[in-house]
Amino acid sequence: MAIFRTRGDWGILLAFLVFLSVCPLFLSDRILTIMTMIGIAIVSVHGLNILTGYCGQISIGHVGFMAVGAYVSAILTAKLGWSFWTALPCAALAAGIAGLIFGLPSLKIKGFYLIMATIAAHFIIIWLILQLYHVTGGPDGMPVPKPKIGGFVLKSKASYFYLVMVFTCLSTLLANNIARTRAGRAFVAVRDNDLAAEVMGISLWSYKLQAFFIGCVYAGVAGVLLVHYYAFASVDQFPFMDSVWYLGMLIVGGMGSTSGAIMGAISLKLLDELVTIVGPILSAVVAAQAAASLALITRGLVIILFLIFEPRGLAHRWGMIKTYFRLWPFSHEE
Amino acid sequence: MTFFLQLVVTGLALGMIYALVAIGFVIILKCSNAFNIAQGHFVLIGGYLGYTFLVVFGLSIWISILLAIGTAIIMGLLIERLALRPLVGQPELAIIMMTIALATVLEGLATLIWGGEYKTYHGVLPTLALKLGEISMPSESLIGLIVSVAALIIFMLFFRYTKIGLAMRATAEDLQVVQSVGIKATTVYAVSWIIACVVGVIGGILLGGVSGVMIPLAEVGLKAFAVVLLGGANSIGGAIVAGVILGVLENVAAGYLDPLLPRGGLANVFPFIVMIIVLIFKPHGLFGLVRIERI
Repeated sequence: MAIFRTRGDWGILLAFLVFLSVCPLFLSDRILTIMTMIGIAIVSVHGLNILTGYCGQISIGHVGFMAVGAYVSAILTAKLGWSFWTALPCAALAAGIAGLIFGLPSLKIKGFYLIMATIAAHFIIIWLILQLYHVTGGPDGMPVPKPKIGGFVLKSKASYFYLVMVFTCLSTLLANNIARTRAGRAFVAVRDNDLAAEVMGISLWSYKLQAFFIGCVYAGVAGVLLVHYYAFASVDQFPFMDSVWYLGMLIVGGMGSTSGAIMGAISLKLLDELVTIVGPILSAVVAAQAAASLALITRGLVIILFLIFEPRGLAHRWGMIKTYFRLWPFSHEE
Repeated sequence: MTFFLQLVVTGLALGMIYALVAIGFVIILKCSNAFNIAQGHFVLIGGYLGYTFLVVFGLSIWISILLAIGTAIIMGLLIERLALRPLVGQPELAIIMMTIALATVLEGLATLIWGGEYKTYHGVLPTLALKLGEISMPSESLIGLIVSVAALIIFMLFFRYTKIGLAMRATAEDLQVVQSVGIKATTVYAVSWIIACVVGVIGGILLGGVSGVMIPLAEVGLKAFAVVLLGGANSIGGAIVAGVILGVLENVAAGYLDPLLPRGGLANVFPFIVMIIVLIFKPHGLFGLVRIERI
């Protein structure tokens, strides 16, 4: 079945693409920055969605794999003088390989044990980056050149916005299609019951590692986009809590659906923005540390509330609203 | 040799505290099948509670521990009732994410209440000096060792000789059977969360005495996970043995290898390396139950 089924779907898609391509003309730099960050988050959450949402392999080391991609690209472009476009696939591949290595335990373990393995992966990766300080700059970080197309440097916010949006749209299309391939169906089978999947002839070994590879390639691309945006790579851009936050986006959006990943990333990034606006006001009124704690408490509370009241996420709720209006006025109450 | 023994002895004290924290985790896992990522944050809260009672209110150590235990009991009850009970019957991921979210909220609360600053109460604890030949044991570590051993013994007696302890052991064995003989599973869950909070808070007070309290203290929870994995996730005895092993190994490795590495910091990453190795080669740990899965 095609992804875009009706003329209406195509129309919405076209309108959306036209909006994306003209919006830098009238939006301010600040809003463009927020949208760029949302785009990068969407790329990353798509990867996590394939790994966790479709294949059921929970990873809380996603940011670690982003860091692998980011630093490989940073080293290749800044130290070896490669162009962004050759460094990007290498970085994505490196992140994928790192994912394969740390995904190896997933063959024997699942659930909590796998979470522990991925948490360990995050801390080991960050430690290695700090240890290799003569290449990576250690805690000081390293400058990274902005990407170029021909002679044109993507220096302005608007140009980088276009770059990120191209990657976001491509990755969304790819993620949607991966879910519908043989591998995507196999991932769902592994998630729902891995023993039954194996009995049906799905090779757990192959598909679990494939899920890790694909998910971490996505993470790598997101990491590359992030460091080239800041033109600087530092381990501070990859805090452990962000991995948790990506999982939170997946929960808020709804596991195992591409639109869920997008909704989750957008809504939680916007929430972050809201917190950065409200935080300083609260800090001035209550106490100096209120901003920092507000960020943490809202993040935690959002996840808690969604887990209790909306465990299937926004995508599910959105589907229900759509059905309601399609059937209106003859909808039935469930 | 003295250097080595010194490292072993301080590692032993550290390991007992790890074991204490890890036990809170194992108890929740055994009774309600929930993996509690927030265990490290109970430790963090404990450290700050210790600071509050000892330094701000100026109480003695024993009263402070009692008050902290009281706070922990309320905390455990609230967490179980408000956050975990609605999730009974949900998939494992939901419960794990819930505890992660709890950890975030607790960290936020600690930042809000105590400002996330470095607090220390070195001089406040009573001094006990122990010297065996040339090896001396720091007073804080010794107190940590004594209190954790005492707490471990109390919990063993609790599980062995009380009715609720028996109910908890039975729940760990088989939830359905327990419910059909009329044991309230929710009570068992509540008690297990209370115990987890209490051991976490005690561990926090002790660790705070050794190294001071700051937000990164919560990472001790991650070390406790390494202990749990090494010992086997559903074995209390395993947690004790693994806690001691890991505490000693970490101290010895840091003592000998850190000077060789340019940036040091091995003590922080060491538990994770142990974790990965255990997970790849012996996922059920040293004393864990190997679960056979059927479709």
